[in-house]
Amino acid sequence: MIHQYKLNGYDIVLDVNSGSVHCVDDVAYDIIRFFCEGALSREETAARVMEKYNVTKADVEEVFDDIDQLQKDGKLFTEDIYEPRAFDLKNRHTEIKALCLHVAHTCNLSCDYCFASQGKFHGERALMSLETGKRALDFLVENSGDRVNLEVDFFGGEPLMNWDVVKGIVEYGRKIEKEAGKNFRFTLTTNGVGIDNDVIEFANREMHNVVLSLDGRREVHDRLRRTADGRGSYDIIVPKFRKLVEARGGKDYYMRGTFTHNNIDFTEDIFHMADLGFDQLSMEPVVCSPDDPYALTEEDLPEIEHQYEILAEDMLRREKEGHPITFYHYMIDLTGGPCIYKRISGCGSGTEYFAVTPWGDLYPCHQFVGEEKFRMGDIWKGVTNEPLRDDFKLCNVYAREECRECWARLYCSGGCAANAYHGTGSIKGIYEYGCQLFRKRIECAVMMKVAEIYGEENEDQ
Amino acid sequence: MKRIKTIETRNLKDSIKNGGCGECQTSCQSACKTSCGVANQKCEKAE
Repeated sequence: MIHQYKLNGYDIVLDVNSGSVHCVDDVAYDIIRFFCEGALSREETAARVMEKYNVTKADVEEVFDDIDQLQKDGKLFTEDIYEPRAFDLKNRHTEIKALCLHVAHTCNLSCDYCFASQGKFHGERALMSLETGKRALDFLVENSGDRVNLEVDFFGGEPLMNWDVVKGIVEYGRKIEKEAGKNFRFTLTTNGVGIDNDVIEFANREMHNVVLSLDGRREVHDRLRRTADGRGSYDIIVPKFRKLVEARGGKDYYMRGTFTHNNIDFTEDIFHMADLGFDQLSMEPVVCSPDDPYALTEEDLPEIEHQYEILAEDMLRREKEGHPITFYHYMIDLTGGPCIYKRISGCGSGTEYFAVTPWGDLYPCHQFVGEEKFRMGDIWKGVTNEPLRDDFKLCNVYAREECRECWARLYCSGGCAANAYHGTGSIKGIYEYGCQLFRKRIECAVMMKVAEIYGEENEDQ
Repeated sequence: MKRIKTIETRNLKDSIKNGGCGECQTSCQSACKTSCGVANQKCEKAE
């Protein structure tokens, strides 16, 4: 399978099954397109191309030869030979390696679009006890087999509303990890309201990553991210985020925003974060009911796609000028990225990744918490809903017909089961809107890689 | 090749042989939390 597209002055050809990326000129682009369509012979293809461009038969034949060579080298028109392996990873590795700990089902903000329903996940307000948190880490270690790196995310609600327990869980983790031969990587996701010097010091020492929620411009952020009494939270949190990031000493963090129908010019919000001095940025499309007033619409799609292009081009400019920013979805590693098993085996929810409620119940991921039929067990008895785990085991690139026809499948690994469920009623459904945005982001990310390598050359010509 | 330039990428077919250790980060665990992608994941083995 081939995907080809033109973006920012580059003609790009992706060979989906080998993962190869080719930067071509217009002549080769058209020839590859004719080959894909399969309607013309080589003679006819040559005639068409010679008619359109100022090239000789020898030029065209040279491209034919190059294509033949690439095909021989397994870099063009390669077949998908991976399907038999799709179930391997989840069957070979049934260990659990990541937990999302819902340490607080309560929040000190009342954001309109919160998928956690203002932190409560459609249930009662609750805080996780230290004992439950410790047991969750024991459960993870006991079920992690030979995995060394174990990820634990402190999530909510707002985890800083249960900060002492977070600290206690981390301290317990540090105590048990050496003896167990494990390495805990903790992440804290916070709205920032509760950040103080103690949080900054502890988080910057112990958290592998911190995810800081900021939607961008003050008016955008304050429209949906408000305190319980209706005040905006921008002025409360931005100074705290700056202080935390300045003291972080180069460790990973993400400023993580959500954009909605209200701000489909969301690149302005990303640039605003950059102007504030933040350089590791993430901005996600809102996940909500289509009936919500801020839900993204079909009409928004072309502009959102355009915004992704603006962002990519601007990031290239910033990089060239020596002050780059990173955008989570454009971080693509073409040489050291994931192996084919990872690419085809799905996100891992309900198999290697679970969310833990304040009461110790297990759910396939944080987005399923509160949906009773997705309760999979608890951290004392383990996974008891085996049929549900089997369903999640089957979630992979080949589980959905649409993915088989999609060029981006080895970049997304089959998409988000929660989005699929909420959009279609089935974890094996397709959330097409998300897919469209995903494909656009990958096109931009690959284009940036091409530009980083060939940009100078293009400018010289 | 004059008209086709190939960027160096990980050979996915070869990774059948040397991949699958499972030490890499869970896809959704870091910044996004509402979508899924593996393109931006690092291979722990390659590090």
